[in-house]
Amino acid sequence: MFGSTLLLALREIRRHILRSILTTLGIIIGVAAVVTMVTLGNGVTASVQEEISSLGASNFIVFPVRTDRGTIRPFDEADVRAVGQQIAGVTIAAGNVAANATAFYNGQDWDTRVQGVSNAFLEAQSISIEEGRPFSADEEQAGKNVCLLGLKVRDAIFLPGTSPVGARMRLGGVSCTVIGVMEERGQGGNGADDDDTVYLPIKNVQRRFRGNDNLDFFVVKYDTAYAASAIQDSLVDLLRERRLLQDGAPNDFNVIDTAQVNQALGAVTGALTAMVAVIASISLLVGGIGIMNIMLVSVTERTREIGIRLAIGALAREVRLQFLTEAVVLCALGGLAGIALGFGASIGLAAVIDVPFVFDPMINIVSFVFAAGMGIVFGYYPASRASKLDPIDALRHE
Amino acid sequence: MTAEPLIQLEGITKTFGNGAAAFQALKGIDLTIERGDFVAIMGPSGSGKSTTMNILGCLDVPTGGVFRFRGVEVQKLDRDQRSLLRRRYLGFVFQGFNLLARTTALENVELPLLYRGENKTQRRESALRALDQVGLVPWASHSPSELSGGQQQRVAIARALVTQPDVLLADEPTGNLDSERSVEIMLLLQRLNGEGITVLMVTHEEEMAAYAKTIVRFRDGQVERIEHSATALAQASGPA
Ligand SMILES: Nc1ncnc2c1ncn2[C@@H]1O[C@H](COP(=O)(O)OP(=O)(O)OP(=O)(O)O)[C@@H](O)[C@H]1O
Ligand SMILES: [Mg+2]
Repeated sequence: MFGSTLLLALREIRRHILRSILTTLGIIIGVAAVVTMVTLGNGVTASVQEEISSLGASNFIVFPVRTDRGTIRPFDEADVRAVGQQIAGVTIAAGNVAANATAFYNGQDWDTRVQGVSNAFLEAQSISIEEGRPFSADEEQAGKNVCLLGLKVRDAIFLPGTSPVGARMRLGGVSCTVIGVMEERGQGGNGADDDDTVYLPIKNVQRRFRGNDNLDFFVVKYDTAYAASAIQDSLVDLLRERRLLQDGAPNDFNVIDTAQVNQALGAVTGALTAMVAVIASISLLVGGIGIMNIMLVSVTERTREIGIRLAIGALAREVRLQFLTEAVVLCALGGLAGIALGFGASIGLAAVIDVPFVFDPMINIVSFVFAAGMGIVFGYYPASRASKLDPIDALRHE
Repeated sequence: MTAEPLIQLEGITKTFGNGAAAFQALKGIDLTIERGDFVAIMGPSGSGKSTTMNILGCLDVPTGGVFRFRGVEVQKLDRDQRSLLRRRYLGFVFQGFNLLARTTALENVELPLLYRGENKTQRRESALRALDQVGLVPWASHSPSELSGGQQQRVAIARALVTQPDVLLADEPTGNLDSERSVEIMLLLQRLNGEGITVLMVTHEEEMAAYAKTIVRFRDGQVERIEHSATALAQASGPA
């Protein structure tokens, strides 16, 4: 009985194929929109999370900002040392200063970015060395001409298969000895490629590339037994004190809490999901009303058929099941079409906006079940109307 | 005959509408129909023939009176119970054939079996047997639009027969057919009646009524006269 009801439903849908497609368009688009948005949302989240993790494993990033008077007061090594020594719970405080330079080796050249860092900085940001060794204490102290290469720089100027460790290369007008190569990092925050860089001791970059003792920013890592807000408060207090800021004067520096950035991202994603849900529900509601409308038309068109079935001895619930099945099959097919459309659209759009395509089986299953459920919700009224027809009236219907 | 009659109508009334617009179509019908009878109901237009057929076919319920089918008081049954009676014991043939369009003759005949939960092979077998009874096996895969009126009505009869009902009800089965096709249908009904099916038929034509064993004449919502034809009398006195 159920098999033939299903067959009958498919046959009716095929009989009015164009009408069926137009009717389910709302559901197709609704489902496709949900699948696409959620899949792209997953892709965006994945790519942003990757960027955030490339901000490093540190908890705080501190950098100076322009004041009302238009000046920037940079931090220096003394500030970093003070943070490291005077705030309870801080395990690492490490500065960074960067400059652009061209790397030369053996006739090859490559425009890149040099960063003055310490071993502590590399540790705080979880940047590890693939080959070679970190800076020695002596090299850090004296700011010697030694460097650690990012993978891209190595690949750009060294022959494939050869190890650059020990080689003497040139960065702009400065020559340095390669002591190691960093592990692959991928795309970093603020658009910088963390593989396309050369690390030197801080003092070296300050003296030979920048000509001063300034730092661009510094990172702070702390013992998780301490509250983030407490550390941040002491950090701000200490820096204000060191920069002699009057009470009431605004901070001329910024402290970014990476955990908070993560949370903010979560909130944005949540809001996006809610928006998708609203759009989807409206689209599905409209689609559902379309289904209901067309099912009512179908019941009217087939009044005589219903009369024949009732006269022959069909029970009310059998007639209801027939029309309900038709509505559910229609919606389920719409759901499948929507999923297929959403699948294609999300692959295409993911490529266009350059985020990974993250397939989420759950959203596909949920959309399908939801679409089929729409058939029950919006097919019920027309179906029960069909089942309540009076056989004599129905048979007389033209 | 010791068993109760197949059909018993006692004081059946039917009123359509209510209040000032109320119209009494049946004004107290008493009628008993025995198993194996072939009844033709005749009468002027509006005399209540179709209304009576609808009640007999359990498609409608009387406003008053008692309708017993195989001893069961039908007027007390609900919609679905009457549906069950129809699917088990009754077969319908309509003036307008009422076949499902774009559906083959075979599928049309199979339809009642679907609601009896029979499987595909059973359905096919029984439907082909019913089509064979009306001589339409070669037309099994044709749809109604490809069949003549007489053929369509024979498909409808096959559909009514396929469940092996006790009673075949036909409201003006030849109303849309020429006289030659009409005679074919009458001969078919007569043969089926000979095989044991009770046939109830409404007709306007005396020539068609002549094929029946009993003629019930209606006038103004009442039974005016019941006639037993010569052949019917002859058969009744035979060794039934
Ligand atoms: N659903 C209804 N509502 C109101 N009046 C009805 C309804 N059905 C039938 N009638 C009336 O009941 C009376 C009997 O109708 P019925 O159809 O039984 O007549 P009939 O004997 O079959 O006539 P005909 O030979 O024209 O088919 C008619 O006057 C008709 O107008
Ligand atoms: Mg009539």
